[in-house]
Amino acid sequence: MTSSVTAPGRADSGLHRRVLDNGLRVLLVPDPAAPVVGVAVHVDVGFRSEPEGRTGFAHLFEHLMFQGSESLEKLAHFRHVQSSGGVFNGSTHQDYTNYFEVLPSAALERALFLEADRLRAPRLTQENLRNQVDVVKEEIRLNVLNRPYGGFPWILLPPVLYDTYPNAHNGYGDFTDLEQADLDDAAAFFDAYYAPGNAVLTVVGDLDPDEAATLVEKHFADIPARAVPARPSFAEPPPDGVRREDVVDANAPLPALALGHRLPDPDADLDAYLAHAVLASLLTDGEAARLTQRLVYGDALVTDISASCGLMGAPLDARDPDTFTVTAVHPASVEPDRIVDAVDDELATLAADGPDAEELRRVTARWASSLHREHDRLMSRMLALGAAELVQGRAELADELPGKIAAVTPAAVAAAAGSLRPDSRAILTITPGGDA
Amino acid sequence: MSAPTRRSAEEIGSTPAGPRALPPLRPQRAVPAPDEVDTVLDSGLRVIAVRRAEVPMVEMRLRVPFADVSGVENSDHPAVAELLATTILSGTQRRSRVGIDDDLAGVGGEIGFAVDPERLAVSGHALAEGLDTLLEVLADLLLHATHPDDELARERERLVERIEMASAQPSIIARRALQERRYGTHPVTQEMPLPEDVTAVTADAVRALQAAALRPGGAVLVLVGDLDPSDAVRRVEAALADWTGGEAAGMPALPALTARDLLLVDRPGSVQSQLRLSAPAIGRTDPRYAALQLANLSLGGYFSSRLVENLREDKGYTYHASSSLELDPHGAALLVETDVASEVTAPALLEARYELGRLAVVPPTADEVESARRYLVGSLLISMTTQAGYASTVASLAAHGLSAAWIREHPARVEAVTVDEVAAAAAEFFAPIHFTGVVVADAARCADGLRALGGVEVP
Repeated sequence: MTSSVTAPGRADSGLHRRVLDNGLRVLLVPDPAAPVVGVAVHVDVGFRSEPEGRTGFAHLFEHLMFQGSESLEKLAHFRHVQSSGGVFNGSTHQDYTNYFEVLPSAALERALFLEADRLRAPRLTQENLRNQVDVVKEEIRLNVLNRPYGGFPWILLPPVLYDTYPNAHNGYGDFTDLEQADLDDAAAFFDAYYAPGNAVLTVVGDLDPDEAATLVEKHFADIPARAVPARPSFAEPPPDGVRREDVVDANAPLPALALGHRLPDPDADLDAYLAHAVLASLLTDGEAARLTQRLVYGDALVTDISASCGLMGAPLDARDPDTFTVTAVHPASVEPDRIVDAVDDELATLAADGPDAEELRRVTARWASSLHREHDRLMSRMLALGAAELVQGRAELADELPGKIAAVTPAAVAAAAGSLRPDSRAILTITPGGDA
Repeated sequence: MSAPTRRSAEEIGSTPAGPRALPPLRPQRAVPAPDEVDTVLDSGLRVIAVRRAEVPMVEMRLRVPFADVSGVENSDHPAVAELLATTILSGTQRRSRVGIDDDLAGVGGEIGFAVDPERLAVSGHALAEGLDTLLEVLADLLLHATHPDDELARERERLVERIEMASAQPSIIARRALQERRYGTHPVTQEMPLPEDVTAVTADAVRALQAAALRPGGAVLVLVGDLDPSDAVRRVEAALADWTGGEAAGMPALPALTARDLLLVDRPGSVQSQLRLSAPAIGRTDPRYAALQLANLSLGGYFSSRLVENLREDKGYTYHASSSLELDPHGAALLVETDVASEVTAPALLEARYELGRLAVVPPTADEVESARRYLVGSLLISMTTQAGYASTVASLAAHGLSAAWIREHPARVEAVTVDEVAAAAAEFFAPIHFTGVVVADAARCADGLRALGGVEVP
């Protein structure tokens, strides 16, 4: 099966879609602008799916996938990508995990080989598991424990807003859980979730689609099909009141606050979801944004404020339920409730009057511009296409986003502002605990 | 999640067909150089315009030398400069702060100002059709920023809060300590002003600095995007016609980096330690530069390096370990960095020193050199594939007096380096005796180990 869409500004960027007999979904996207290619595998499992008592396992497993496979000794994956002139990485999200590399186009087949080998037969050993537990603990110390505002808000807000384990737990993991992870956990996780039918392969760049399809077939087709896990629903009711929690941060010099609201299900009502993305921009993107003007400059209540559609900072990165956040860092002399009241006041104004047309047009122009810039970077476009194919079932959405954002109406933004109700939210406060 | 068919880890790791052979690389397609104009205007401003039309955008970079040449110790220049970069977007004679942002947003644009001890850096972009607006707003900011009293008072408060936040970051604490250890009181160490110095800055001081120091002579403006280079230069010339006034102030040469013991900086209660080691190196115009780059990559300049494979993948001491070249207008320094768990601070330093010594006396093998070479050439190619990456790279080169031709010719220089030349660079620059640096750590937990190891000044 093949279909085509056109990206903004690139007439020649047709998207070719195939499904291998083992169920692997394949996207081939020629982009001859530069002699480079990108290969990405998106697997339909994220930290929301990791077992109870194994917090952080999805991310730990991502590390293990770099530790060698049947044809590749430990360290060989890194060496082969880099000695081909390429760069690589992987990342673990709420609902998916990705693995990718970008290389000079001479290395296309080599990159496909490297991804196929670990999707077919990763080398899961006790020694590598223990080593990567240590590495992940240092990653967590670096990004969370030894710095101010570590895990704010992505680790700290979900347990306030959500009740169920998948939505509420720490996706980086507790050290005790990480230390208890064993090889059997890794084998079970791989067998359950890393079936070819549970993944999307995206190949973008300086390629001929027919030739690339042949190479994909050559390297991936003999991975045996395995059962694809049923995708659980993570649905839970929205909070029926205001949930508050305070966390002491020994490293933080100033207090901070995060509001968490539930977003509409993008699968059921994409337009309503995108109206929240536009709302976030209207509130805090740029010096002229409403909350920036009022709280940073007007009332001078906060040092910085940021609204985000999506827990990890980008819209459409997760399935339902997902989170709209407003975060602010503020002087100790400001009571957090004054900030909350001001946010509610701006939301009420927007809900009643909506944004004006010119204000909306400017937000739309910035979205278009940021999307062009994202598409100019092959790695970003590849990851956006792969994630959209996996999470929303339509890679095309990544390219259609500016058009859809431009079509958001003032009334839809007003409705989005009205949906962020003061009586159904989480309020997380961070109290500096330095000198303790 | 156990199913009847579940395999063991060992079963998962092998297939009936067995291990397979790595496919070879195919020939690499070369890219022609893009259309480019590189010229100096009457004002002394160098303008480089490059056509890269993959997306309908234009990227802008302006680099103005902006060094503290007062010669005064504890000069207020860093604080005034930092506040200038913050408040320049607060309003002009014609536009309010909101008006500036609205005009930029209308063409999908953004402009940001940043200042460091070497220069004032402006980064911006807009939809290609908005180039004139972008340039017009830039000119308005450079020539007519008013730094209004009330806006400045608010930004001053905010800047103090931001500095306090940044100063709590272990990476910033380590950076400050390292700069002081390496360069004493030279202006290059003043990367972030002290809160009390910011509080003392007046609006008049900011306006005076803008009038005196924001000059086109020696500055470079780079435009990369969906544009006609000659036409773009004409537009720059028209938009910035009134920007005159002579030479901007370049940074004085740094003091020679001298080898010393590392300094232990106490950060009580920290759960991770920052190791920072530095030694003198050479810059891009030195004939040994490409060999030094390859030696540096082999040590810790990329993932497949001795430091990462030892400290992370073998010992599990760290999430990242790296070695890099810091370039300044006059030269360069080597910087080895890693953040490790408190309990392995001394062992990690031991390993880092071991790898430095090993690089000097057991130089990179032919395979190591070839891997580093392929990575250097390939990552250079990848970094130049975006408008933003191209613009930033050309601006950095131009700020150090080089042109885009240097980067186009660099792959050939890298290909020509021999294994012996890499060995010579490794021996000359990486021997542990050349290094100085700092360890930021909880002294109560780490001092004994560091003392036992030696070469660390434990206060």
